[in-house]
Amino acid sequence: MSRSDVLVDAEWVEAHGGDPGVVLVEVDEDTSAYDKGHIRNAVKIDWKKDLQDPVRRDFVDRAGFDALLSERGISNDDTVVLYGGNNNWFAAYAYWYFKLYGHDKVQLLDGGRKKWELESRELVTEVPQRAKTSYHASEQDSSLRAFRDEVVSAIGGQNLVDVRSPDEFAGRLLAPAHLPQEQAQRGGHIPTAKNVPWSKAADEDGTFKSDDALAAIYGDAGVDFSKDTIAYCRIGERSAHTWFVLHELLGQPNVKNYDGSWTEYGSLVGVPIEVGP
Amino acid sequence: MSQASADGCGAPAGGAPVTAATDAGTQAVVQGRVTQNGAAVATGYARLLNSGGDFVAEVPLGEDGGFRFFAAPGSWTLRVLAPGNIRAERTVSAQTGKIAQIEVAV
Repeated sequence: MSRSDVLVDAEWVEAHGGDPGVVLVEVDEDTSAYDKGHIRNAVKIDWKKDLQDPVRRDFVDRAGFDALLSERGISNDDTVVLYGGNNNWFAAYAYWYFKLYGHDKVQLLDGGRKKWELESRELVTEVPQRAKTSYHASEQDSSLRAFRDEVVSAIGGQNLVDVRSPDEFAGRLLAPAHLPQEQAQRGGHIPTAKNVPWSKAADEDGTFKSDDALAAIYGDAGVDFSKDTIAYCRIGERSAHTWFVLHELLGQPNVKNYDGSWTEYGSLVGVPIEVGP
Repeated sequence: MSQASADGCGAPAGGAPVTAATDAGTQAVVQGRVTQNGAAVATGYARLLNSGGDFVAEVPLGEDGGFRFFAAPGSWTLRVLAPGNIRAERTVSAQTGKIAQIEVAV
């Protein structure tokens, strides 16, 4: 696995975004940005409506994923290029999600929507018409996803990487500072977790830092690359960004994303919590 | 418009609204508007950095060039990025129960 296998740049997208076998997908929690303008040929996936079960707190099941991708006109052997807002958080989450369901060829547009916009590249409102397909997902790959009991067992043993902001890690904030501060959970972090905010991995334009810089960031923070790793944040999308860095860019073999993250852990009865930096 | 909840985390354009449930009485709000020659800058990003210069949050600017953060009390740096290599920075002090209003002309 190398960087060029998992990342593409804007020039590549401009040259190949309409090629047969390539599907551009804009992914966001709020798809109103897509509706106002998106990269030519891109279809949209709504992180909430399309990827989350409407009743239970869980993903759509395998049949649901099959139906979604078939309806969007995505085939099993297509190269799916994902991008989105929020510095590609939701695109990285979708990348992890596609991998979880066994999609082979997935890539992220480095810098996502932000870099594209800041460079004043073309955005269109025309929605591409893609013929329906018959998509067949694999069973979820459990080696990529962590659940709560596994997280509690990992305390003091595996690397736990808390990718939220230092204020959230310390318990001073309960949500990212672009959202009102909720009171549902206790503040703080999982004991022994290292705080490496997701944003350390990205430059200001949203692109990922070099592999050497990334390795130094996690190494200096105390992440032991000889151990297995679980990344978490508040609901699992910022940590999908870090999962991408550790597993896909740095090639660490055993990295899981804990999508229950702080909104689950911070509400569990009886589990240990640390506060402060 | 999204509120902080277990099922969402994204940054709405312009920032989440101040509502009765999340009024400035309990929040340390940092908000404002980005303009160029008096016109709203609708394409761009506002980033909030802490006193150590570390990234804390970012929102795309709203149609009116607006942005809003729900910070903690203290000193923050606001950085604006917009097409054409436009960058601007302001420092701001946030207090619980107050709205810190910043107008950024670029």
